[in-house]
Amino acid sequence: MIKVVGTHQNRIARVVANIFVTILGLLTIVPFIWMVSASFKMQRDVMAVPIQWIPRYWYPDNYLVVLHLGNAARKDYHFFLAYWNSIKLAVIHVSLVIVLSCMSGYAFAKLKFKGSHALFLVYLAQLMIPGQLTLIPRFSMFSDMGLVGTMWPLVFSGLVSVSSIFLIRQAFMGVPDELRESAMIDGANEYVIWARIMTPMIKPTVAAMATVKFLDSWNDYLDPLVFLSNWRQYTLPIALNQFVGEEVSQYNLTMAACCLTVIPVFIVFLCGQKFFVKGLNAGAVKG
Amino acid sequence: MNQRQKRTLRSNMIAYSFIIPSLFFLIWLGVIPLAVSLFVSLTDWNYTKGFGNWNFLGLQNFIDLWHDEWFIASLKNTLVYTIVTVPVTILLALLISAVIQDYCRDKYARVLRTVMYMPKICNIVASSAVWIALLSSYGPFTLMVKALGWKDPPRWLADYNWALPSLMLVSIWMSLGYRILLYSASLQSISDELYEAAEIDGASKPAQFFRITIPLLRPTTFFLMITGIIGSFKMFGTTNVMTQGGPGHSTYTLVYYVYKAAFSYYRMGYASAIAVVLFVLLLIVTAIQWNHNKQAEANL
Repeated sequence: MIKVVGTHQNRIARVVANIFVTILGLLTIVPFIWMVSASFKMQRDVMAVPIQWIPRYWYPDNYLVVLHLGNAARKDYHFFLAYWNSIKLAVIHVSLVIVLSCMSGYAFAKLKFKGSHALFLVYLAQLMIPGQLTLIPRFSMFSDMGLVGTMWPLVFSGLVSVSSIFLIRQAFMGVPDELRESAMIDGANEYVIWARIMTPMIKPTVAAMATVKFLDSWNDYLDPLVFLSNWRQYTLPIALNQFVGEEVSQYNLTMAACCLTVIPVFIVFLCGQKFFVKGLNAGAVKG
Repeated sequence: MNQRQKRTLRSNMIAYSFIIPSLFFLIWLGVIPLAVSLFVSLTDWNYTKGFGNWNFLGLQNFIDLWHDEWFIASLKNTLVYTIVTVPVTILLALLISAVIQDYCRDKYARVLRTVMYMPKICNIVASSAVWIALLSSYGPFTLMVKALGWKDPPRWLADYNWALPSLMLVSIWMSLGYRILLYSASLQSISDELYEAAEIDGASKPAQFFRITIPLLRPTTFFLMITGIIGSFKMFGTTNVMTQGGPGHSTYTLVYYVYKAAFSYYRMGYASAIAVVLFVLLLIVTAIQWNHNKQAEANL
């Protein structure tokens, strides 16, 4: 689109437009600013009128309480442990989903085999079956196997990621066949071609897909809510859920807990912003 | 078996070896559970009675659903929530991304898009907890509304009529940035020449927007509509953290009711029937999408 330049009238329009979007941008992050500010307040200051955007008394002890370093030690959530669980789960999901979807994406894009169309339809159909629909059978299956209350149901359930396979397949279709054929002539077998030649060609898409998968896994809420029963295994959203449920009216404490789960993610996001944005766009364009 | 058949067999085996790992998980955790879900929805299975200990009811669960006030409320809430939030977010996103694209310097545009995207990467429990505080009687949102001249605002989440609109507000806040980002990407791909030509022909800014921008953004709009509808059909997190479906059944949604029926009352059969209704709704949306894609392909 053309940038508006020049005439006086246009300049006014430009100022008005900039003010408008700036206000909207502020409205979007004001909740987060308030969250940070409230997390450093004493309880009586949180809901003081007028709002104190900068706390009158700084009270970082909220964080000590949330992290069990203060005297109110309660043992049914632990944010460091939850961080560790969430990171563990996200890393497992991302790395295994990369391998699984690069393999089947490659087969669907580049290999000719019997039944490929029918199989592909099965995958396609799976796209419209979200996890919420299969939750009950998965729960009873895992509970029969004695796995409810462990991390395993979450680990396994996160591996079904049809949209990742689609994205990867799309990327592989853009890689010229000649690459594969010339490697064939040089005597490389299919697995070597896949690992050494073809997959490195689609690194940007893999990175994009990994980003989306990471956020999915990190923010997953319903599955862990159902499958986890022991606070030692809680992921971050569930630990936070537990904490918020118990301390619901102690806004200074709940906001400190929220900051702990959100701010590090924001920092990672802002650092790797280019990467993220590309990933999310790539995830969408396929539609 | 001749040489050629042997080679085909071999290459088939290799291809299958690439597929099987993901197919295994797909069948185990996708296809089989769906089949079980469809079957269980026809039974009176209660989780406490153990797997396999059920009576076959036929369609009785579905008939009961239509007489269940809570189900009707969940269905209605889910539909209302979808019908309001999806168009509103899309319109806002379209407007904002066009304004950002047209009037802001590139650097500032990037900053704005990043900032507006932040709610999306915040986990849903945290954003819900923040909004519980913002919406409380002395919370900043309520104060702001008062400052704007609404003397006696309702107690948002505790008010039967205002709880669902409050959740809609949170949902719009959460998903707006993502949609702006997508629209911006599509806007950048529209060629400048189109606008230059329109300019020469004397088309006004609004005319350009309605005649060029909106038609060219149609595929993106359509994509956002479908994903938006599917996303809000699956709405669960904000309800569970902020209102637990209340007050009354004013914020019950389909997924929330599935969760309640299955994991609070252990009525797996009944819960599966609700899930099947959700499945049918998703099926309809997907069918529309497929149809549209086919038409779009035919038009090319």
